[in-house]
Amino acid sequence: MSELTKKSLTEIANLIKKKEIKSEEVTQSFIKNIEKDKKLNSFITKCSELALKKAKDFDKKPKLNNLLPGIPIAVKDLFCTNGVKTTAGSKMLENFIPNYESTITNNLWNEGAFLLGKLNCDEYAMGSSNETSYFGNVMNPIAENTVPGGSSGGSASALTANLTPATIGTDTGGSIRQPASFTGTVGLKPTYGLCSRWGIVAFASSLDQAGPMTKSVEDCALMLEAMAGFDEKDSTSINKKKENYSKNLTDKIKGLKIGIPKEYRVEGMPKEIDKLWENGKKILKDSGAEIIDISLPNTKYALPAYYIVAPAEASSNLARYDGVKYGFRSSKGNNLIEMYENTRSEGFGDEVKRRILIGTYVLSSGYYDAYYLKAQKVRQLIKNDFDQAFKKVDTILTPSTPSSAFKIGEKKDDPISMYLNDIFTVPVNLAGIPAISIPAGHDNNKFPLGLQLIAKPLDEQKLLNIAFAVEKKINFKQMLNRWWEK
Amino acid sequence: MSIDKDKIKHISKLARISLDSKKTDTLAKDLSSIFKFIEQLNELNTDKTEPLSSILNEPLRSRKDVVNDGKIREKILENSPQKNEEFFVVPKVIE
Repeated sequence: MSELTKKSLTEIANLIKKKEIKSEEVTQSFIKNIEKDKKLNSFITKCSELALKKAKDFDKKPKLNNLLPGIPIAVKDLFCTNGVKTTAGSKMLENFIPNYESTITNNLWNEGAFLLGKLNCDEYAMGSSNETSYFGNVMNPIAENTVPGGSSGGSASALTANLTPATIGTDTGGSIRQPASFTGTVGLKPTYGLCSRWGIVAFASSLDQAGPMTKSVEDCALMLEAMAGFDEKDSTSINKKKENYSKNLTDKIKGLKIGIPKEYRVEGMPKEIDKLWENGKKILKDSGAEIIDISLPNTKYALPAYYIVAPAEASSNLARYDGVKYGFRSSKGNNLIEMYENTRSEGFGDEVKRRILIGTYVLSSGYYDAYYLKAQKVRQLIKNDFDQAFKKVDTILTPSTPSSAFKIGEKKDDPISMYLNDIFTVPVNLAGIPAISIPAGHDNNKFPLGLQLIAKPLDEQKLLNIAFAVEKKINFKQMLNRWWEK
Repeated sequence: MSIDKDKIKHISKLARISLDSKKTDTLAKDLSSIFKFIEQLNELNTDKTEPLSSILNEPLRSRKDVVNDGKIREKILENSPQKNEEFFVVPKVIE
């Protein structure tokens, strides 16, 4: 493996800017690593030739003032890429080639980056272990037969294995932060509306948000800066001035108030997680921040509310896959209705069907008030909890996940235990606020664990600054034996 | 609440997903346990709470109704499973 691919995104970008290396050299190095992806299965589509051509074009006429000059980037296969297959991890879209580009990927390309490949994910981003993908499980580089988390599992795995210098995922209930925690990487879910949803295959529209996944907080600031911005094509996009997150990044956090919510100390949580949480508190205190105990009383109701809201929106969004205009069509069926029913039966996997049926049920005549309306009310209570907390504190510190990465197959047949993975991440999506997961250390199995920082809407800079301060003192080191290359 | 096979058959009809009887059984079991989990929400009194319909403070923006791309009929049709000249083709709907 080339030493170059071990470097952070910021380091690589600076080397290119100083003309010490060429984009072609960088791209070749990553392509070489990607050739050994077979056991990890993190890529669905490799764009090596296309990327090399772009790298050579860049080197001929380098634009060095961009944020991501000549940087190859692989992205979650949920972002539509013009002329490149976009599958959402589903048989339904196995041969779908968009003729347009998502706003987020377009923003990256406008800053000098180009596409390196499309990364595996849970089918339609529905899953917490990357086991629901039609294109097979993704393995976690930390250990064989271990899940990388999900749904952005391919993104987390490729990033950790140095197959891409940085990546992007989407987070509907934890799909960026949980895999980041499972792989010892940094993942940020921005404020709802900061990053455009246009051109992203939709799961639950009121919760979906794209965000960066990187090796360091500094890289995370750089990527977010490139991604964020107003987009007329997304009616929920926030119209505000662009911020220079990377330039304004500082570890000076003296005097900031950090809340510790007692409800996140859940029963059965491994002691190691508690220990890392305590360590996080200590680091923040040593950095001059003030630690304050807070309460978010409705936390335990977030997950049940999520499992009404998200499937309801999914059942509506996924109604478009009918085998008529694009995507898979079943050859069975004697009339239009049978064609629809067989197409959707053969084209969707089990988890997607499960969620479409939950969603259809909670929205069906006679049940709307009991479920969907009730969940929207609970969502208000959860948002109120955060609003109250942010009157007293600047950010909230919690563990990212209630466990470290688990074995493939371990939770596959028990949907509830799988859903519980997202217990600490889901409240943030329901409230539409930003949160970041950063590596906090390892458990006894030497598996990484993450800490989550949560802030009020549009407070990404503060979130990044605090994460930057904590990251410096934690000094997390990956422990990989690169088993997949053997 | 437990969800029986008849209920699964009804909602799968609404969702336009055909299911064999084995799948129907599994889904009845799965959804029953999921709804049991969801129904924790009934512990909460929400009589005086307004439902949250948007987490943005401002109303949704609307844009002008103008064509800003267009003329891509061929490109769109390229992704269709079955087409005939400039039309999507579906199984016969009128006898």
